Amino acid sequence: MPKDGGIGASSKRREDLRFLTGKGKYTDDINLQGQAYAYFIRSDVAHGTINSIDTSAAEKMPGVEQIFTAKDFEGVGGVPCGWQVTDRHGEVMQEPKHPVLAEGKVRHVGDPIAVVVADSLAEARDAAEAVEIDITELEPVLNMKDALKDGATKVHDDLTSNLCYDWGFVEENREAVDEAIKGAHHVTTLELKNNRLVANPMEPRVAVAEFDSSTEEYTLYTTSQNPHVIRLLMGAFVLGIPEHRLRVVAPDVGGGFGAKIYHYAEEAFCTFAAKQVGRPVKWTSSRSEAFMSDAHGRDHVTKIELAMDKDGHFLALRTDTHANMGAYLSTFAPSIPTWLHGTLMAGNYKTPLIYVNVKAVFTNTVPVDAYRGAGRPEATFQLERVVDKAAREMGIDPIEIRRRNFITEFPYATPVAVEYDTGDYHATMDKLLEMSDHAGFDKRAEESKKNGKLRGFGIAHYIEACGIAPSNLVGQLGARAGLYESATVRVNATGSISVMTGSHSHGQGHETSFAQVVADMIGIDEQQIDIVHGDTSKTPMGMGTYGSRSIAVGGSAMVRATEKIIAKAKKIAAHLMEASEGDIELKDGAFTVAGTDKSVAWGDVTLAAYVPHNYPLEEIEPGLEETAFYDPANFTYPSGAYGCEVEVDPETGKVTVLGFSAADDFGNIINPMIVEGQVHGGLAQGIGQALVENCAYDENGQLLSGSYMDYTMPRADDLPMFNVDHSSITPCTHNPLGVKGCGEAGAIGSPPALVSAVVDALQRAGHDVTHIDMPLTPDRVWAAMNS
Amino acid sequence: MYDFEIEKPGSIADAVKALGGDEAQALGGGQTLIPTLKQRLASPSTLVSLSGLAEMVGICKDDDGRLCIGGATTHAAVAADGSYAGLSGLASHIGDPAVRNRGTIGGSLANNDPSACYPAAALGSGATIVTNTREIAADDYFKGMFETALKEGEIITEVKFPIPEKSNYQKFVQPASRFALVGVFVAKYEGGVRVAVTGASEEGVHRWTAAEEALNANFSTEAIAALDAPSGDGMINDLHGSGDYRAHLVKVMTGRAVAAAA
Ligand SMILES: Cc1cc2nc3c(=O)[nH]c(=O)nc-3n(C[C@H](O)[C@H](O)[C@H](O)COP(=O)(O)OP(=O)(O)OC[C@H]3O[C@@H](n4cnc5c(N)ncnc54)[C@H](O)[C@@H]3O)c2cc1C
Repeated sequence: MPKDGGIGASSKRREDLRFLTGKGKYTDDINLQGQAYAYFIRSDVAHGTINSIDTSAAEKMPGVEQIFTAKDFEGVGGVPCGWQVTDRHGEVMQEPKHPVLAEGKVRHVGDPIAVVVADSLAEARDAAEAVEIDITELEPVLNMKDALKDGATKVHDDLTSNLCYDWGFVEENREAVDEAIKGAHHVTTLELKNNRLVANPMEPRVAVAEFDSSTEEYTLYTTSQNPHVIRLLMGAFVLGIPEHRLRVVAPDVGGGFGAKIYHYAEEAFCTFAAKQVGRPVKWTSSRSEAFMSDAHGRDHVTKIELAMDKDGHFLALRTDTHANMGAYLSTFAPSIPTWLHGTLMAGNYKTPLIYVNVKAVFTNTVPVDAYRGAGRPEATFQLERVVDKAAREMGIDPIEIRRRNFITEFPYATPVAVEYDTGDYHATMDKLLEMSDHAGFDKRAEESKKNGKLRGFGIAHYIEACGIAPSNLVGQLGARAGLYESATVRVNATGSISVMTGSHSHGQGHETSFAQVVADMIGIDEQQIDIVHGDTSKTPMGMGTYGSRSIAVGGSAMVRATEKIIAKAKKIAAHLMEASEGDIELKDGAFTVAGTDKSVAWGDVTLAAYVPHNYPLEEIEPGLEETAFYDPANFTYPSGAYGCEVEVDPETGKVTVLGFSAADDFGNIINPMIVEGQVHGGLAQGIGQALVENCAYDENGQLLSGSYMDYTMPRADDLPMFNVDHSSITPCTHNPLGVKGCGEAGAIGSPPALVSAVVDALQRAGHDVTHIDMPLTPDRVWAAMNS
Repeated sequence: MYDFEIEKPGSIADAVKALGGDEAQALGGGQTLIPTLKQRLASPSTLVSLSGLAEMVGICKDDDGRLCIGGATTHAAVAADGSYAGLSGLASHIGDPAVRNRGTIGGSLANNDPSACYPAAALGSGATIVTNTREIAADDYFKGMFETALKEGEIITEVKFPIPEKSNYQKFVQPASRFALVGVFVAKYEGGVRVAVTGASEEGVHRWTAAEEALNANFSTEAIAALDAPSGDGMINDLHGSGDYRAHLVKVMTGRAVAAAA
């Protein structure tokens, strides 16, 4: 029987009522009295020297308040990077300044040069056209390998080269891995690209800022996944505003997918300008601007080699990746190809020796940072694709070669420095084969053949690390912030509860699933609980939502705070029932004394806390409000088996995804419906990457896919009905809920399954195709078949 | 968008007069023009709206049995008509319902986007483009990408399509825009077969005469299978497909259009 409330129930998403009826309150819905509008003038060349900016004519245009250039930002800090990577020689990475507005040079199409602030957006745009900017174009740096050659044009003149860092992991294993590969029975090599993506949240970015000169307080409303992080980065590093004078609010946010984690120049600009012009300043990104100013995702070029013995046991793995950083370092950019990528290279397998080399490179392109999965999709893609290729080269079934190498004993310490606490990879693989009717594949392939189509099946088994932590470890790895989460549980006098969380919901359904957790612990109705998030003036310090961390880290903080509430409430109940505290039990929203029929309701206890007439004032304070910070002991390790069935039209190369099955182990599940929705969304994005999405630049550094005319988003009709299961559960051993996180899995496990399915279809039809780079658009598949 | 005036004339004559004004431009369904204005890529001072002109909206047959479609008739109306199966089928796959309920045949033909669908139907049917001043045969009308025989201020008031015995349009979509990466319109008339190709060529919509000859001899998929694909030289080469790929698709889509022709 499905539960009808609390942990494990598919409670309907309470936030959907406002989202689906147009009542959501997004940043662009916020309009402040007397606000002015900012229009950013952006570079239309990839690389160039700014000779002059003449704003004199524009300043006289109607409605213009002020026009800003880099000159106005002298003395203001650059947009900071939140992670410092140390390279394989022990040197820290090269870190260029990222000015709010371009200083002397432009470094990518979209780089902001000047901003017009005016009474209306139309007036700002009119004036922007009258700003005269003289730029001498420089050779753009685009290809990562060319960028590292001696004498290559530099993106940043003050750096020694275009290399951000050359990272080796685990450096001590380098030689041993080389040796093992040299002596192996067979080595499978694969060169591949992980295509650059644009996150494309439904809601573009927006910033609205105001400054109150009487209190010296700033308020910034912004589309962010983590308002506290923005307050910290912008307040401390860019504008020098102390936290108590800076409030950051991220109200309803229409999707993030990573792109709204980072602190962006536009936020700092609006906050700064609001004080300068003495009125609120608002900026709303157009979709075209989003393509050239939101951080992009992925963009790795990789060579991976897998060494095996004669039975297909993995002996050693070596991988070499060039990771595109773009023109500047976005907030978490350096950590993505390193700590969120290299640490996952063991996958689900007992490979004893692994060496990961990553060269991060500056180019004249939009900065690249985390995008749903962040590093883990890149790791999973190369690993699962090389495993698939290895199976085919060794003549071993792709499922069997995986099973032969699966880790089966836990905890398991990988050679890439992480320890998996639990998992059962055979169980998820078994589940997948059953769900996808793998046994019936050959028959279906025959049917396809009759219709002139080529059918293929591809499999991937992924592992990811979520809830990244603990803070002291990430600090050693170069993080410039902690990665805990916090929660305040405020019980009101009548027993209703407000939970203030540092996690941020931008589509994940926290308002529902977080309430389920607290309701379950106390035994009251979920509707009695309200989740408050997204406002630094209301919620305790939080690190926000990304990396599938919210339930694992934010949820655990909530559990800890609720435990404190229950402990105190029990003391009050003991007093009310004149019993000893140790005998008090809480069940279904009532306190009882063990072995008696004495009982006092939750609401009576909460009322006593706030109307403490009959109350042990000498022992405990009145009121019922507790805060907890939770810093996890380890990452969590969701894993799963994904299977994709495709049909290829041999005449056109068009791939149709006929079926997609996902058997995940997310540990314990709070709300199965929400989890299923998260997997569906992740699969859509992963299939989007593998099948259609591609952010491309031409040889001049112009964005070829700068709008939906050329950047393909996956549509519903590109996707099959998903077949999703999360009944294989090995609970996380180190957080109180036993949860692992589910937000990114779909996007991590699906691309290699799809590509392997297409390769399978082509090979079954006799084509000598071992890999096709994503996205597998018809022209690419056709070219692969006909080369 | 820059500021502009909007005129809603009551007759074609008034519309022509309004279009004679300084920097005036015709507005059909606005599905191409409005996005262009939003990006500030055009700055007409006056838009002359044609979609309310009763004279230019609607579908009928003339004495020669030709299907006559008013220049401001929407794609949705053509899709629903059904008296020319190949044409209605084509219209039903343009854009999405919102685009089809707004976009007009006149706007599409005036714009002559190299990836648009209607140009293939007009050329493939040997249609007649009727303007406020003259009648232009389709073969004389299309002049290359975004170029037509229309003069400044000339309005497409009607398009006359001879109805073929059999016809079909096959569109292989460009995955992002879902315009035609390659679209082929095949129409079999008593007097001969016409094959028009859109999406593929740098010259815009054009006829594939080799296929027409082969189909005139034998209207069958085998006739197409026996042909070489057209050359990839001069075909569009972009993010979504090479010239050679497009050339190959021309042949594949032609075969499919012949197979599906009804
Ligand atoms: C999301 C989307 C998807 C689309 N998909 C497709 C597709 O798959 N296939 C396809 O073919 N098209 C597609 N289109 C384009 C669509 O069909 C447009 O409607 C069409 O190209 C232009 O017609 P319109 O009536 O909207 O013209 P407008 O945008 O109003 O005008 C276009 C141009 O034609 C001129 N004009 C308009 N009417 C006349 C007239 N009667 N006489 C002379 N000049 C005139 C205007 O001055 C302007 O220069 C799509 C559009 C969108 C927005």
